[in-house]
Amino acid sequence: MLGLSMSITLFFPSWDFRSAESTWVGLDKSLSNGRVIGWSYEDPLVRGDGKPITVILNKDPKTGEEFDPAIRAYVYKPGTPFAAVVNHPDNLGPTVKSLSISKGKIDQAEKSAGAVFIISYADVNGEEWAYVENATATRGWTPSQVLNSTDESQHKYVGKGKTVYITEGCWWCHTLLPEHTQDWQVFGWPPYVGDMNGEMPTAFGSDRKAPDLLHVASRNSSREWMMLHFFNPRLVQPNSIMPRFDYLWGKTDANGNPIDFAKWRKEYDEYRKGLRAYPPEVPEYAPDTEIRALIDWILTSLK
Amino acid sequence: MLLKYLFAKNEDIPPGTATIFFGYSSIFWFVIGTGIGSFNAAKLAFPDFVTGTELFAFGHMRQVHVLAVILGWISMAFAMTMMYMTPALGNTKLWSEKLGLWTAMNWNIGLSLGLFLLWMGFTSGREYSDLIWPIDLVVIFGVLLPLGINVWMTIAHRRTQGIYITNWFFGACIFFVIVVFVVGQSAELFNLTGLTEGYLTFWFAHNVLGLWITPVAAAIAYYTIPKLTGNPLYSHRIGHLHFWAIIAFYSTPASHHLLAAPLPEWLKSFASVEGVLILIPAVAFVANILLTMKGRWSMFVENVEIKFSVTGVLLAIPLNMQGGFQQTRAINWYVHGTGWIVAHAHLALLGMSSFLEIAAVYFGLQQMLRRKLYSLALANFHYWFVIIGFCIYWISMTIAGLIQGAGKIYEVPYIDVVIAEHPYMIARWVGGTMVFTGNLVWLYNMYMTAVEGTVVPKGRYAHELAYER
Ligand code: HEC
Repeated sequence: MLGLSMSITLFFPSWDFRSAESTWVGLDKSLSNGRVIGWSYEDPLVRGDGKPITVILNKDPKTGEEFDPAIRAYVYKPGTPFAAVVNHPDNLGPTVKSLSISKGKIDQAEKSAGAVFIISYADVNGEEWAYVENATATRGWTPSQVLNSTDESQHKYVGKGKTVYITEGCWWCHTLLPEHTQDWQVFGWPPYVGDMNGEMPTAFGSDRKAPDLLHVASRNSSREWMMLHFFNPRLVQPNSIMPRFDYLWGKTDANGNPIDFAKWRKEYDEYRKGLRAYPPEVPEYAPDTEIRALIDWILTSLK
Repeated sequence: MLLKYLFAKNEDIPPGTATIFFGYSSIFWFVIGTGIGSFNAAKLAFPDFVTGTELFAFGHMRQVHVLAVILGWISMAFAMTMMYMTPALGNTKLWSEKLGLWTAMNWNIGLSLGLFLLWMGFTSGREYSDLIWPIDLVVIFGVLLPLGINVWMTIAHRRTQGIYITNWFFGACIFFVIVVFVVGQSAELFNLTGLTEGYLTFWFAHNVLGLWITPVAAAIAYYTIPKLTGNPLYSHRIGHLHFWAIIAFYSTPASHHLLAAPLPEWLKSFASVEGVLILIPAVAFVANILLTMKGRWSMFVENVEIKFSVTGVLLAIPLNMQGGFQQTRAINWYVHGTGWIVAHAHLALLGMSSFLEIAAVYFGLQQMLRRKLYSLALANFHYWFVIIGFCIYWISMTIAGLIQGAGKIYEVPYIDVVIAEHPYMIARWVGGTMVFTGNLVWLYNMYMTAVEGTVVPKGRYAHELAYER
């Protein structure tokens, strides 16, 4: 009896899952997240270590040719574990897998040397398919070349940002799974079958106490707003029940000055009591902070 | 005091030692779990309550509450009942008290470690499977497997001819929960990703409820109600129907938790149909127990253990009526992901399941300590605080859920839903705090029972003696 229910609920669906072809969204998520998010051997302290960097690339790092619009390069420094879709190409789905190996040469990527991946398109029987291209093998781009030819602000710490989403438990309030009802209009379209290939964890969320975030950056792409909102949601949304995430700023601000949280909270309390006309200024975050990575993830991935 | 037996010879350990260890541990974790629950609820009502520290942030505490009550309170209470019911029903002794003690020991250490790490942010990011996989391995090999071996061997060494329904459930459910754990956590162990991972997460979440928390709680009622009332179980055959129907229908509807995800449509439809069929075991169970009460309904008022047990069984009625239908597509789109589901989950775990276990822990501890419960008044206080607190919680969250559902379909800006929910969030916190308070009193009452309860004479049951307080 248990065997029967196991085959129906585990074995049969596994055929459907294996045949799911990865979409662009799925490739983007998997390549930008790295092998797994959450506790793992490459990230034992769950700080977002061992994750790739997503680079917004507006020119070819080798030839200098301009890209318009800019493309995304997923930079794996030497030693960074590859995404699940590269490690196990079966995760890509049959067609995308064969394209990614024959044209994309992902089987030639070496973890010890690092690699740069991009998402390219190919025509199969009149249909356009996105596949993974190992640009290190096909175009000779190295991780350091790509990083050095671009500005810091073009580096998006997406994998690290999603790690923050997981460890800080945002998913206990927010979901990443718009439903079929009103969500089409308000929170955007529900994910397609191939949107999750290689993603771990999916963190759909089950208890929605707050807006769905899957497409939040399409509604609101202001870094400034995000910054204020995370420091203290009630600065921009007085009735919010979202917790303050000011501790993600770390100890110092962008200029290296220590952040005086006690003073900030005191002044904010005064503002709430009407003793001050304006709330205190929210400190600018430093580039290597968790809040930077979190906002990078939101604005890059949750479109 | 009990720990001195950890290295004693098995024969020298007095029967019941493992029961007592598990019993007190479970109450302790109940207090911790509901305490954190009440703290979390306060944060949802008043977001600036304890703010600015990472460790006391909502996102760090929420999963600790859930796993403390599931793995600490409920599962340890299960182990506790298995330690005394299985031998009693087989007319024999527990196969190994020593193994039982060690299981309890591993359990407390492993869970403390797991919850501590979780609290610090070491998580797999998968709901209900949040513990990182090394801890999952501790749970499987250090806790569930030894527990299973003890129960299976005790059943094998029974000195009765048949196996009573309770032991059917105990033996089978431990096997199931091990399978469920192994399959559910395989996503982390073998890096299974994407939809497979999402599905396995909810496959685990569903089956750990369906093949562990609900059926074992029911199995406990099959023991406590006949034992305390003195009535034989109304029908062993209906019990069997319950057992087999659980395996057939409760093990399959996992994907009804993910109706909004792009899972195969056939799987979702299959799950919804099977989900309605869960009403078969549910009705069989409730009817069987309520019919067993025949002629002894006065005990519902007079006897604390029966009061808790029967309340649990009665709560199974709304639980299953909600459960059977809210997972169909026709209804699910309205309530999915809202407070309604939170209310339902608490109806299952804090309502139905916990009430049955509380009764069994009261009964078993008195039996094994050979001491009468210290105070009836405190026990009644416990009952009323937990039931009233639970009802406040349940009703307020149900209303909050309906508001969220309405907000969904009428495309209300989300912030207005948050504002509308605020009073119910406060009510939720009040209810949760009452449950916590009741449990604190229970812990005190049980402690006093161990040190000052009247000694129960040989050959008598604790519930046959009169209360002194
Ligand atoms: C206690 C529940 C809770 C937690 C935990 C929480 N949020 Fe929120 N969040 C809310 C609520 C409620 C809103 C809607 C009101 C508002 O805008 O503040 C919101 C709004 C947002 C928005 C704006 C959404 C929109 O539609 O404009 C973003 C982005 C966001 N949260 C991100 C996060 C991230 C990232 C985390 C984790 C670091 C997080 N939240 C943790 C409750 C929560």
